[in-house]
This record gives sequence, C-alpha cells and structure tokens, in this order.
Amino acid sequence: MQQFLEIISKPDNIPIGLLLVGAIFFSWLAWTKARKNDLLDRPVEATMDDKVQVWPYLVRVEFLATIAVMAILVFWSVFLDAPLEEAANRALTPNPSKAPWYFLGLQELLVYFDPWIAGVVLPTLIIVGLMAVPYVDINPKGNGYYTFKERKFAILVYSFGFLVLWVSLIVLGTFMRGPGWNFFWPWERWDPHYVAVLTNVDLSEVLNIPTRLPDNSINPVAMIFGAVVVLGYYSIGPVYWILKRNTDLMQKLGLVRYAIVSFLLLTMGGVVIKIILRLAPTFLGMNPVKYVWVTPWFNI
Amino acid sequence: MALMEKFRKTDLYKSVFRHSYQDTQRNRALQIVDNVFLHLHPVRVPRHATNIGFTWGMGGITFLLFLVLTITGVILMFYYRPTAQYAYEDMKYLMNDVPFGPLMRNMHRWAAHAMVLTVMLHMFRVFLTGSYKPPRQFNWVVGVILLVLTLLLSFSGYLLPWDQLAIWAVTVGTNMARATPLLGHEGPFGAELGMRIDNDVRFVLLGGTEVAPPTLLRFYVGHCIFLPLIAVIFMAVHFWRVRKDGGISGPESKKNF
Ligand code: HEM
Repeated sequence: MQQFLEIISKPDNIPIGLLLVGAIFFSWLAWTKARKNDLLDRPVEATMDDKVQVWPYLVRVEFLATIAVMAILVFWSVFLDAPLEEAANRALTPNPSKAPWYFLGLQELLVYFDPWIAGVVLPTLIIVGLMAVPYVDINPKGNGYYTFKERKFAILVYSFGFLVLWVSLIVLGTFMRGPGWNFFWPWERWDPHYVAVLTNVDLSEVLNIPTRLPDNSINPVAMIFGAVVVLGYYSIGPVYWILKRNTDLMQKLGLVRYAIVSFLLLTMGGVVIKIILRLAPTFLGMNPVKYVWVTPWFNI
Repeated sequence: MALMEKFRKTDLYKSVFRHSYQDTQRNRALQIVDNVFLHLHPVRVPRHATNIGFTWGMGGITFLLFLVLTITGVILMFYYRPTAQYAYEDMKYLMNDVPFGPLMRNMHRWAAHAMVLTVMLHMFRVFLTGSYKPPRQFNWVVGVILLVLTLLLSFSGYLLPWDQLAIWAVTVGTNMARATPLLGHEGPFGAELGMRIDNDVRFVLLGGTEVAPPTLLRFYVGHCIFLPLIAVIFMAVHFWRVRKDGGISGPESKKNF
C-alpha cells in the first residue's frame, strides 16, 4: 500500500489523478444538465439565447478563469518540482520502463496485442475514427445543448471509449503494472523477481487444436480456425446490414457510413474481448489467452 | 484627476485609445472591435455562450496554457543546449543556480501536463453538446489534429531533460514504430519490403537505431520550432472556424423549439 501511495504521488502522475477527478466531475456535470434538459420541452440553453455584450460579460469570465488557472499553476510549480532523475544511461534499463502517462493506455494494450496493432493500427484508428465522427453521426438532434435521450447511442459509445478504454487503461497501466509489466494490486509490493506462473495459450489450444506442429511450423488447422473466428467476428457487420438494410435508420445511414461505423465499433468491441480473454482466466486460475489467430506473417 | 483629464485630451493618448471609457453600448462594442486580441470575439454572443457551465472554459484554458508554454519555453531555451554533452548539465544548472529557473521549468512541465488534460476535457464537452454537428464538422477534424499535435508536443518535450526518465519513456514510445506494418522492420510485411533497423520509420524518427544524441536534436527542433508552428496555424484555423461557423454552438431556438 505504501508503495502504491508513493507511485500515486509521483509528480508526473498527478495529472492522472486530475484526469480521473476531472472525468468523473465533468461526466456528472454533463449528466445533470442532460437530465434537466431532457425533462424540459426546450433545453435550458434555448432559453438563454438573448444576446449579451462580450465586453464585459464574456471577457470578465475569461479574465477570472485566467487568474484562477495562473494561480493554480504557480502554486503547483512553487510547491512541486518537475522530476529530474539520473543522467541518461543506455546501459541501465529501468524495470518497468513506462511511456508518459497519456500513452499508458496504449502501452497497456501491448499486453493484449502485438505492437503493430497496439502501437500503430489502434492509435491510427482512434484518430481516424474520431475525425469520422461528425460525418457518420447523422442524427440531427442534440446539436448545441446537453441531452442524453436524443442521442443515447453516440453518448454511450463515446463515454465508454473515453472513460473505460482510455482513462481506466491509463490508470491500470500506471498504478497496477510493476516490474516485467506484471499486474499488482494496490496493496501488493512490486516484487522485481515475481514470475507469472500461468502460461499463455492460444484460443485454438483451448479447444485442443495445437497452434504449432511438432516441427514448430504453424498448424494449418489452427490457422484456419483463427481466420474463421476473426473474419466471422467481423462478418457480424455485413450480416447485420443484410438483415436490417431496409430499416429507416440504415437507409438514412447508407452503406459507406454503415461500413465505417460497424468496422470501428467491432474493432472497439474486439479490443474489449481480447482484454477479457486475457484477464478473466487469470482471475479464475486458468491460462490467459494470447492469440486468436496465428499466421506466419502476423498474429492477432 | 484634472491632470488625467488633460492627458486624455493629448494626441498621444488618443492615438492609443480610440474611444473613451464611458460605459455605453457603443464603447463596449468598440472595446472588442478596436483591440487586435479581443476582436477574435464577436461583439455580442448568446448568453449561454458566456456560461462556464456550458463550455467548461476548456478550449480557452487550453489556449491559455499554450501561451504560458510558449513564454516559459522561450525562457528555458536561453539556458538549454540540445546536445547530449550539455542537455542534462543545463537542466541541473537551471534547477539549482538560475534565479527562478525551477519556477520556469516547473510551470512549463505542469502546464504541458495540464494542457493534455484540458484538451481531452474540451473534446469531451464538444462531444457531449453535439457541437461537431453541422456546420461544425470540419472544426472537429481540425480539433482532432490539434489533439494529436498537443500529444506530440508533450511527448517530444519529454526527452529534452535527457535523464533516465526521458530517454526510457521515449524509447518505449518510439519502439512502437518498429512494428509499423510495411514501414517498420519488425512490422507485418516490413522485412519483405526491405525494411531494416537502419532504414525504417523508426530510424527516420530517431535519427539512428536507438534514442541517441541525434534523436535529442531532432526532438528539440520538432518541439521548439516545427510542432508549435504547425499548432499555431491549426489554432488560427480553429478559432477562425468557430467564428465562421456561427460562434459557439447552441440550440437553434426559433427553428426547432
Ligand atoms: C490545442 C487544442 C485546442 C484549442 C486551443 C481549442 C480551443 C477552442 C476554443 C477556445 C473554442 C471556443 C469554445 C470553447 O472554449 O469551448 C473551441 C471550440 C471548439 N473546439 Fe476546440 N480547441 C482545441 C482542441 C480541440 C479538439 C481536440 C476538438 C475536438 C476534436 C475541438 C473541437 C472544437 C469544436 C467543434 C469547437 C466548436 C464548439 C462549439 O461551437 O460549441 N477542439 N476550441
């Protein structure tokens, strides 16, 4: 526990505490406002549409906010020094080596995916997916005011991505990953000699299909099994389209938008599934699942 | 006071302040329009746009932090040389012997962390108020670019102290680039395309096969010149678009309600 407190109070980790507090506070604030608006027939913002002069009504808010931010920043900087460790030394690798806090969610993903997915493909999809948001969300409601009931799906997906996948993976990666990137509960000491007893298996091996043949080449049956699982999972997208293509929503959405949305959502779901496949068995004393699909060129 | 009154009538005063300070509608408007900084704003806005509960002030605070970072950053540059030989020594010197050195460095570091935080919260707010919807779609895209630039600025600055924390965090972060599909030597189909440790994307990023002195110079130039310049350009576009898209979003009260 003492070690946990030490890590949590490391100067460079303070932003994570603030992120956690900020995310919770602002979710609560937005939720309260949305609830209130949802019970009214015009959102509160619509009743505040009379024009006011920027000088002084907006400028004074900016002025006060500036003073508050500067005061907090100066206070923070006077009382807490930025860290400066020993001089850089290539021969001395710290264990664990961690990226800056805002990348720790991505670093944590390395547990569940190979680096090309965790470090390159997923970040790219996050960026591209975020940019696509305004073009795939064709719901005209809820533009410019807080609401939940008019855009439940969009808000749930975004909040899940931000609060659960982004924020809590950062928290997990920073506070609960010790030497060897092993998992430690807050009350456990980070033991550098800790060796995980469980061995990883591949999904096919759970069903007694060995991933590799005795000569260590890849078992084609396992490879085909993996392909079926992964492609089968992604085919939920097209199948759902075929079933629902005549509904109003799908007609409005159109095939291109639907393809983008379903691919992104399935990928997001896939991340969750792989996290569960990896973590859940450890808590049940079973072997964690490493890969779903092993090929000579890439593993998923 | 009489002296002040006299001063207000001089050509000097009138050349600087173009209108009186009397509290009239007209002067309130002139206050905004006649000031190069304030005229980023419209003269009048809908009342909900001045409500901090609506915008959380996060976009503005992000910009304020960027300004703080620019000023403290320039001061740090006076004391910092981006070579492996001096970088760490300069940091020590700054922290121990430069008057207000620690304050400047601390403010720079904490403002950088805070900016990453506020940009995420700003984005959360913009999402929750649906402010990316027409006609603001493109400004959201500009925003995503600003988010990426903010992260890159913070990450490139992390290396500059050239201590253990710096090089290993950046080593871990840039190791991902090895695994880039097609372009990294350990990525899928990288080797097939002739990628080696000394010619792939990571090599270009680091200026070598590991985080070494050339990386420091690369990150320094990126951090102090290239990235801030690009960020300023995108911020200009971002602010311009906020105005051109009709100011802060709000319910179209007459039409829909
Ligand atoms: C360096 C980063 C950024 C700065 C300095 C910045 C600054 C601002 C400011 C000052 C505003 C005015 C309203 C407010 O304060 O909320 C604004 C609005 C806006 N920002 Fe940003 N922003 C940044 C990043 C982003 C990001 C990451 C996004 C989203 C991906 C975004 C999307 C928007 C949109 C759509 C608006 C219009 C909102 C409305 O009309 O209600 N911005 N930004």
